[in-house]
Amino acid sequence: MNALDFHIVMPEVLLAIYAMAALLGCVYAGKDALTGAVTWATAGVFVALAAYIGFAGEGANVAFGGMFIDDAFARFAKVVILLSAAGVLVMSQDYLARHDMGRFEYPILVALAVIGMMFMVSAGDLMLLYMGLELQSLALYVVAAMKRDDVKSTEAGLKYFVLGSLSSGLLLYGASLVYGYAGTTLFSGILSTLGGEVQLGLVIGLVFLIAGMAFKVSAAPFHMWTPDVYEGAPTPVTAFFATAPKAAAMAMIARVVFDAFGTIPAQWGQVLAALAVLSMFLGAVAAIGQRDIKRLMAYSSIAHMGYALVGLASGTVEGVQAMLIYMAIYVTMNLGTFAFIMSLEKDGKSISDIDSLNMFSKREPLKALAVLILMFSLAGVPPMLGFFGKFYVLKAAVDAGMTWLALAGAVASVIGAFYYLRIVFFMYFGRETEGASSRMVPVQWLMLVAVAAVMLLGVVNLFGIEAVAQTAAQALVG
Amino acid sequence: MSVADLAFYAFSTVTVAAGLLVTLSRNPVHSVLWLILAFLSSAGLFVLLGAEFVAMLLIIVYVGAVAVLFLFVVMMLDVDFEELKGEMSRYMPLGLLVGVIIIMQLVLGVGAWVQADGAMGLRAAVTPDLAQMENTRALGLLIYDKYLLLFQLSALVLLVAMIGAILLTLRHRKDVKRQNVLHQMWRDPAKAMELMDPKPGQGL
Repeated sequence: MNALDFHIVMPEVLLAIYAMAALLGCVYAGKDALTGAVTWATAGVFVALAAYIGFAGEGANVAFGGMFIDDAFARFAKVVILLSAAGVLVMSQDYLARHDMGRFEYPILVALAVIGMMFMVSAGDLMLLYMGLELQSLALYVVAAMKRDDVKSTEAGLKYFVLGSLSSGLLLYGASLVYGYAGTTLFSGILSTLGGEVQLGLVIGLVFLIAGMAFKVSAAPFHMWTPDVYEGAPTPVTAFFATAPKAAAMAMIARVVFDAFGTIPAQWGQVLAALAVLSMFLGAVAAIGQRDIKRLMAYSSIAHMGYALVGLASGTVEGVQAMLIYMAIYVTMNLGTFAFIMSLEKDGKSISDIDSLNMFSKREPLKALAVLILMFSLAGVPPMLGFFGKFYVLKAAVDAGMTWLALAGAVASVIGAFYYLRIVFFMYFGRETEGASSRMVPVQWLMLVAVAAVMLLGVVNLFGIEAVAQTAAQALVG
Repeated sequence: MSVADLAFYAFSTVTVAAGLLVTLSRNPVHSVLWLILAFLSSAGLFVLLGAEFVAMLLIIVYVGAVAVLFLFVVMMLDVDFEELKGEMSRYMPLGLLVGVIIIMQLVLGVGAWVQADGAMGLRAAVTPDLAQMENTRALGLLIYDKYLLLFQLSALVLLVAMIGAILLTLRHRKDVKRQNVLHQMWRDPAKAMELMDPKPGQGL
């Protein structure tokens, strides 16, 4: 440990100091008077840190004896995490205040969860990975149950907590087997001990590790908690669950399989491919029967995680690049979609039933158009940005010689398109009923319209994300 | 067999037996008491290993604080364990199946257990040389220097746990009158009371 180590982890340290200072300030001020200010301030800090990490970061730095890795891959993931968390915070402020949940702890817990995510994507050691993961998860369990007088929200928090603990147990068990084999928890150390024949004990450990992490990205068959938690948690919290933690957990899986087990891709590639196929199909098929738009988004996120895993399963630089592009696009789409879901209400109460969207286009033509673009993009219809995400991932799978996986992905995306398009159908050609209205504050409106515009305009050059993601992928696989 | 060997067997037998009884005893309070016995005998094992600091920590922290806290929680919980058991028996077949599969995997994995070539060296490389310093000092160097980042992160995890507990359980009650000392001290006697001089035979 020396001063240079702290220089490398400075963004995380600054964020931790900010979170603690904000907590002290709010407690001192008492009640929830400062909630609005703290929410905006936290989002501001996120954006500032994202700018700092994105522009000032250079090269690959290692701190604390290899435990903490700051490379282009980690920086890419951190920028995505920070920006999406900031987006969720600013658009949820009004919703929380109106529904009597404007507690100042919310932005602070989000900040603490983000610190955990930043450590997850920078972890170079199984112990640091676990600490980051727990910091993130614990904060998420709490915010899921934040609406504590609501049975569903409490159920969501409890279910998430119990199943999350189980998955942590699996992960730790796997980690202990890996340590037993390698004699070290450092990723670089584990990689150096892999040579010759692959031992069975190590493979069992690796599979347990992946199972524990697959739970965090809600990949099938470890997805059981997702629909209930998405439905039960307050909508802004659901929006948060669907964005930053997913990107962080996916980056963490990439980090582990490439940094610690990079020389034995045959061992984890097939596991990831199996997870990917299951998730894509389960997400596509199970969502068809859903009438609640939040549950529907839960299955949608399961399916999307499947596509991102396809990229990882191919085990190449292109695959990781495709995964990063996919996650960035996915997070952006979800921000817009949830800005819309948050705004839905009927007689002053928020609702999430998809039947209430009937003939929405008559009432709000512009918003309906934006949602149409988002749904097309989520379904992967060209020329929206969502199509390019899927295209890169499937192309990476074909290039890596996994044509069957790409075919499965294409079939699943056709099935999945059904329920996205059904929402569009309801909005434009549905029955005449007394549907929901959409009440938005300017920042939500801006988020929805801007994201829809991004989905359309991204066709030109994907905003240059391709080159950045390639640099990041090369830093990881390279 | 030396005395140390005898002590080792005694402590380890007690540890294993107590651990078994934690799960088997019907009364949860008894379980906690068995748990305390397991802690105590494993503290003995640590002493045999020469890790006297960890042994004392185990007794002070786990027996002194954690187990006693456990005892309070268990005694205050109003859980009908018989009812829980009834629920459990429904899922027993599935649970058994999962258990059997995990045991088979364990047998496979541990049966064919092979360490990596350099594993022993890597394992030893982390700890400072114990010939040079006592183990308490070595432990301190690991926790507060080498693994400082992890130590601080666990502090953050605890902070989140504390915020969570408060956020989810604390209710500000508005109908309770609280004492505000400053408010009391700053009260102006001139405003708070009025001196009257009622004449005899007259009311106010």
